[in-house]
Amino acid sequence: MSETRTIEVGYLARVEGEGSLRAEVIDGQLGDVEFNIFEPPRFFEGLLRDRRFTEAPDITARICGICPIAYQISAVTAMENVCGVAVDGALHELRRLIYCGEYIESHALHIYLLHAPDFLGYDSGIAMAADHRAIVERGLRLKQTGNEIVRVLGGREIHPVNVRVGGFWRLPTRAELQGLATELDRARDEALETVKWVSRLNIPQITRPVEFVALSDPDRYSFFEGRIRSTEGIDIDVSEWNDVFVEEHVQRSNALHARVRERGMFAVGPTARFALNHEKIQPVAAKAAAEAGLKPGVANPFESIVVRAVETLHAVEEALAIIDAYEAPQTANLAVEPVAGVGHGASEAPRGLLYHRYEIDDTGTIMEAQLVPPTSQNQLSIEADVREVLRANLDKPDDELQWILEQSIRNYDPCISCATHFLRLEVNRV
Amino acid sequence: MSAYADSRPRVAGPARLPTLAVFKFASCDGCQLSILDVEDQLMAVAGAVDIVNFPEASSRVLPGPYDVGLVEGSVTTPHDLERLLEIRQQCGLLVTIGACAMSGGIQALRNSLDVDELAAMVYAHPEYLDVHAESTPASAHVTVDLEIPGCPVNGRGLVEVLVAVLSGRRPDLPTFSVCVECKLRGTTCVVVAKGQPCLGPVTRAGCGAICPSYDRGCYGCFGPSDVVNAGSLAARFDDDDKATLREGLRGFNVAAPAFEEAVSDV
Repeated sequence: MSETRTIEVGYLARVEGEGSLRAEVIDGQLGDVEFNIFEPPRFFEGLLRDRRFTEAPDITARICGICPIAYQISAVTAMENVCGVAVDGALHELRRLIYCGEYIESHALHIYLLHAPDFLGYDSGIAMAADHRAIVERGLRLKQTGNEIVRVLGGREIHPVNVRVGGFWRLPTRAELQGLATELDRARDEALETVKWVSRLNIPQITRPVEFVALSDPDRYSFFEGRIRSTEGIDIDVSEWNDVFVEEHVQRSNALHARVRERGMFAVGPTARFALNHEKIQPVAAKAAAEAGLKPGVANPFESIVVRAVETLHAVEEALAIIDAYEAPQTANLAVEPVAGVGHGASEAPRGLLYHRYEIDDTGTIMEAQLVPPTSQNQLSIEADVREVLRANLDKPDDELQWILEQSIRNYDPCISCATHFLRLEVNRV
Repeated sequence: MSAYADSRPRVAGPARLPTLAVFKFASCDGCQLSILDVEDQLMAVAGAVDIVNFPEASSRVLPGPYDVGLVEGSVTTPHDLERLLEIRQQCGLLVTIGACAMSGGIQALRNSLDVDELAAMVYAHPEYLDVHAESTPASAHVTVDLEIPGCPVNGRGLVEVLVAVLSGRRPDLPTFSVCVECKLRGTTCVVVAKGQPCLGPVTRAGCGAICPSYDRGCYGCFGPSDVVNAGSLAARFDDDDKATLREGLRGFNVAAPAFEEAVSDV
């Protein structure tokens, strides 16, 4: 008689959006694994049609409340791309600065409130605070510093209003930037402590190498610069995304997932960026990474929390460097007149590469939009991790197994609100 | 907002902390994140209520009933409608947070489009989807006790409503226009001084008048104020600027009745 164990997580907690997980173990062998996303679709690509090209940053920001800057920057760079306008110099640096803010707040939120509780056996950051109040408060202060950058440059923390096609509506004042620098000076120590703290967590040992994909630039740790590269040799212009990657429709499932056309699964996010761009990371962050024992090309997905902490420190340092070197540009924004054509934009959201493609007409009306969020691209890799973690932990009781499975999904800081293209994903074979 | 009058907050007595639950429907998660963004007050809020169902933040999810339920997002699927009806049964006070829950959100743009065509633009097999033709606010289906406006809501709105509920008083959220907040913070009027199209005169205050302080006209993300006279506002502007005003009205609160009506006045 065969014995079937079913491990079910009805509603995945501590992720952005609605998803569930179901796995079957039959006679000690791994059976079906389903990572089910029941987030209702909102049809953004369809809603963008017939809107003006200047509206894309504010509309697409509403796809994700946790990474609106990523959506805004991918959208504005795509529109500037089609209209043939290069926003560089100080305006470019200010965009990098607001992106630093999003990294700090998003990473601090994920590390302290969403992911660390898994490693330490708590249900939430708030529950963790009962025993580790000073640590949680450090995380909240760090997150607040990131929020403050976004608030000063963007007007508010969530769905900021100041990013526009061509630059910004208004430039920050010297006094506003100086206020940020004061906070960032304090945050540097907190970010350094964060790296040390997470590197001492009890990190499950799993090895599952994967092809890493990230934007990569010769001059800096890329937020939205350079080409798309991978650890398996991909090296393409952003405009070639659809040539090399494909959003596929899998049989017996209405889930699309992105894969490399020739090879299959890949991963985006902090670990991918660190693998490809570690030489460009701020020296303080490189040193902290080395001391934490972190090596580029991390093959253990559970170490992503350490990479996230290293990137947080990098973002603090980078923000300070940008403020230090800042000289106000002549104008807050460049004039961008609509040009009929197709534009591409990509940026490195905290959780990975976010690709936008728009077709607009000569009046600036959006004819077509394609948005590929990071969680969509990580979908196959998340499932492969889940299978690997299951296989390595089959002897554990259900509650422990469920715990580590959820923890492994959170390694990707998944944003399911972004990835609603991935409804009802089923994987039925090992 | 008439629900205030007949719904005295039914929060717990002194024996235990009132319980709070947070529910998500079609949304970006930004309003729930605003709860976590109130860093300064988060620990205090966590101490004043027992957050027993907030999956975005905690794996500890206790069954209802709950004293207070916060609802984020709009109703767009049959499954979500069932959930909302059940949640209403479970919650003493039901509070909607944000434009999606209050008026259907940006995804309510679908209400004037053919949802099957929209689905076909995005999905290869739209027949697998089970969605409503319209994105609707919670109040279209159940009694809503309190509403916190905004896309997204902010900490001020959240803390004001939670404190009011805990102390058994009526929340004090403004219904007057963004113009008042511009005057309060001393921002020069972008309409008068620069001729910029701005929805501030017809948009509900509460954000702190952020956009004009960033040299930008308001785009209406807090929804309609108590009096909306869009025709009078539009009379100042040329066709291009009128188009910008209409974009805002057909934006994050597109299905708010006062904005729906205002579009034809611009």
